[in-house]
Amino acid sequence: MYGKRSRFLTIMLVVGMAFFYVPMILLVIYSFNYSRIVPVWGGWSTRWYGVLFESEEVWSAVGLSLEIAVLNATFATLLGTLAGLAMVRFGRFKGRTLFGGMLVAPLVMPEVITGLSLLVMFITLKQLVGWPAERGFTTITIAHITFSLAYVAVIIQARLTGMGQTLEEAALDLGAKPFRVLTAITIPRLAPGMVAGWLLAFTLSLDDLVIASFVTGPGANTLPILIFSRIRLGLRPDINALATIIILFVAVCVAIAALIMFQQQRRAMRDEQIANREVA
Amino acid sequence: MAGEPTASDTPWLDKDAEPLIRIKGITKKFGEFIAVNNVDLDIYQGELFCLLGGSGCGKTTLLRMLAGFETPSSGTIVIDGADMSQVPPYERPTNMMFQSYALFPHMSVEKNVAFGLKQDKVPNDEIADRVDDILKLVELQDFKARKPQQLSGGQRQRVALARALVKKPKVLLLDEPLAALDKKLREHTQFELANIQEQVGITFVVVTHDQEEAMTLSSRIAVMDKGEFVQIGTPTEIYEFPETRFVADFIGSANIFEGEIVEDGADHVRVSTSLGEIYIDHGQSTKMGSRVWAAIRPEKIHLSKKAPTKSGPNQAAGKVDDIGYLGNSSIYKIRLDTGQIVDVTSPNQIRPKSRTHGITWEDTVYLNWEPSSAMLLNK
Ligand SMILES: Nc1ncnc2c1ncn2[C@@H]1O[C@H](COP(=O)(O)OP(=O)(O)OP(=O)(O)O)[C@@H](O)[C@H]1O
Ligand SMILES: [Mg+2]
Repeated sequence: MYGKRSRFLTIMLVVGMAFFYVPMILLVIYSFNYSRIVPVWGGWSTRWYGVLFESEEVWSAVGLSLEIAVLNATFATLLGTLAGLAMVRFGRFKGRTLFGGMLVAPLVMPEVITGLSLLVMFITLKQLVGWPAERGFTTITIAHITFSLAYVAVIIQARLTGMGQTLEEAALDLGAKPFRVLTAITIPRLAPGMVAGWLLAFTLSLDDLVIASFVTGPGANTLPILIFSRIRLGLRPDINALATIIILFVAVCVAIAALIMFQQQRRAMRDEQIANREVA
Repeated sequence: MAGEPTASDTPWLDKDAEPLIRIKGITKKFGEFIAVNNVDLDIYQGELFCLLGGSGCGKTTLLRMLAGFETPSSGTIVIDGADMSQVPPYERPTNMMFQSYALFPHMSVEKNVAFGLKQDKVPNDEIADRVDDILKLVELQDFKARKPQQLSGGQRQRVALARALVKKPKVLLLDEPLAALDKKLREHTQFELANIQEQVGITFVVVTHDQEEAMTLSSRIAVMDKGEFVQIGTPTEIYEFPETRFVADFIGSANIFEGEIVEDGADHVRVSTSLGEIYIDHGQSTKMGSRVWAAIRPEKIHLSKKAPTKSGPNQAAGKVDDIGYLGNSSIYKIRLDTGQIVDVTSPNQIRPKSRTHGITWEDTVYLNWEPSSAMLLNK
C-alpha cells in the first residue's frame, strides 16, 4: 500500500511540476525559433535576441522598470519598516487598530480599484496644485510605493513580533536611550527582514501591470506594459526572447538567495558545533 | 538567637540602618488581574536577596518594576534615596540579568560586555580595561571574540552576568539566573555567583522558584504567593521558623497536623492532634482552644523498632508503608493507625552489616521527636 501511495504522490508531483514548468520551457524553446510566426518551427536561431538588443523601445522600458523598482523598493522598505515599528513597538496608541487595518488594506484591495483610485488622486492633485504635471515615472513610483509599503510593513511586523522585546529591554537597561536602542539593536536585527522586504517590493514593482497601466501616461512604458501591448497584436518571437532573459534573471536571483541562505545555515551549524565542543 | 550578630552582617535588624531599596505599598495590576499586591520591602546594601515563589506569583513583575520596565499601579520605589517613579530604565542605578540572558546576537562577547559602558561615554581605554577585568572575573578572557551563539549555556550565563556587572550598578537584578543550566552546573554556579557577589560587593536581588537555590545563595528570602509576601527572613528563619503552612510546605517538606491548643504555658505549648499530643518547648502567643497546625520536618523525627518505655507526648507508632533509599539517607513513609502517612528521613550513618536493611516494609516502628522540633503555625 505504501508503495502505491508513493507512486501516486510521484505522479502528482510530476503533473504539478509539469503544470508549472512546461509553459516556461515552451517559451524558452520558441524564443530560439527562427520563424517569425511563433507556433511554426523554423529551426534553431538567436535571431530574435539580436532584434531585441537593437530595439530602443525595449531598452528604455527595461531602464524605466528598473529605476522605478529600485526607488520603490527603497522607499517602501523605509516607510514600511517605520509603519511596522509603530504597530508593534509603540504600545497602544490612539487609532492603532484603524492604522493597522488601513496598513494592510492594499493587500486585499483589488488592483483595479487601487489603480483607479490612485489615478483619480493624481488627476485631482494636478488640478489643485499642478503636480504631478504629467503621468509617468513619478506617478508609477508613488503608486508602487503605496502598495509595496503594505507588504514590507507586514513582513517587518511579523519579524518584530517574533523577536520579542527582551533584547531592546536589555539595551535600555544598560543605559541606551530609545533612539540608540533602535539603531544599535532593533535595526540590525531587522536587517534580514528589511532585505526580504526590499526584494519583495522590487519584484512587486517589476511585475506590476495593472496599477502601472492606470497611472502611466503617454510614452512611459514599463516592461510589463510594453510586453502586454505588443502581445495584444499576437504572439511575437522577440517578446519570447525578452521573457527568456527575464526568466534567466529571476533564476539567477533565486540561486543567489538560496546560496546565501545555505551559507547562513552552515554558519549556524558551525556555531553550534563550536559551542558544543566547549562543553565536552 | 544564639550569638550577637554584628550590625553590618544583619542590617535589617538595625533600626537606624537606611535601606538601599525601599519598596512601599507597590501594587501592579494587568487589567483586573493583580500580579503584585501591596507589598512592602526594604533591601540593604550588600545583601543577596532572594524573591522565592511558585510560577506566576509575581516575582518577575516585581523585578521588572525595580528595573523600570513596568510602571507600578500604585506605591513607590526608592533606590539609594531617590524616588524611581519618573526615572526611565536607562537612567536607573540598576542592571538586570535576564532569564534568557538577552545577549546581543550580532555582537561579540567583548562588544556585548562593553555596550553598557559605551552608552555612558566611558573613554575607550578604560572600557577595554574594565571589560578585561570583568571577563577575567567570570573566567571568559579567552572568549572575547566569540559570538553568543558560539558559547555553551554556562558561558552565556557568565557573559550575561559580566555585562550586567561591568557598569557597577548599585543593584543587580537577576531573573532566574541559573534556571537554564543543567543540575550539576547549576549547583556549581550557585556558589560561584555568591562568591562573585561577595567580591564585587554589589547588592543582588535574585528571583528564583528553586528553594534550594534560595537557601544556599541568600542573605534573606522573601517567600511570595499570589502577589504577596508570606514571609521575609533569613534562610534559617524561613526553614526553622515558618509562620504559615504555605511556607512550611514550600520550603523543604513538612508533616503538618491540624490540632487544638490544650495547654498554653509561658515556655511551652501542648497541642492535641491526630498524631497524638505534641509538646513544644517554646511559648507562642496563642489562645487556648484555638485552631492551629503543628509541623514537623521529616529529618527531625527519630525512628526506632523498639517500643518506648513510657507513654507521653511527642511519640507515635505506625507501619512502614514505603521506603525510598537515597544512598546517603532514606525516606520512610510511615502509615499510622489513623491511616495518615508521615514522612521520616533518616541518615544512613551506619553501614548495615548484612545486605538486608534494619527497617523494612510492614515493620512496626515507633516515632519520637524532640520538644523543640515541632513548629506551631497559626495559618
Ligand atoms: N504584561 C502582562 N500582561 C498581563 N498579565 C501579565 C503580564 N505580565 C505578567 N502577567 C501575569 O502576572 C502574573 C505574574 O507574572 P510573573 O511573570 O511576575 O510571574 P513569576 O512569579 O515570575 O512566574 P514564573 O516563575 O513563571 O516566571 C502571571 O499570572 C502573569 O500571567
Ligand atoms: Mg518569572
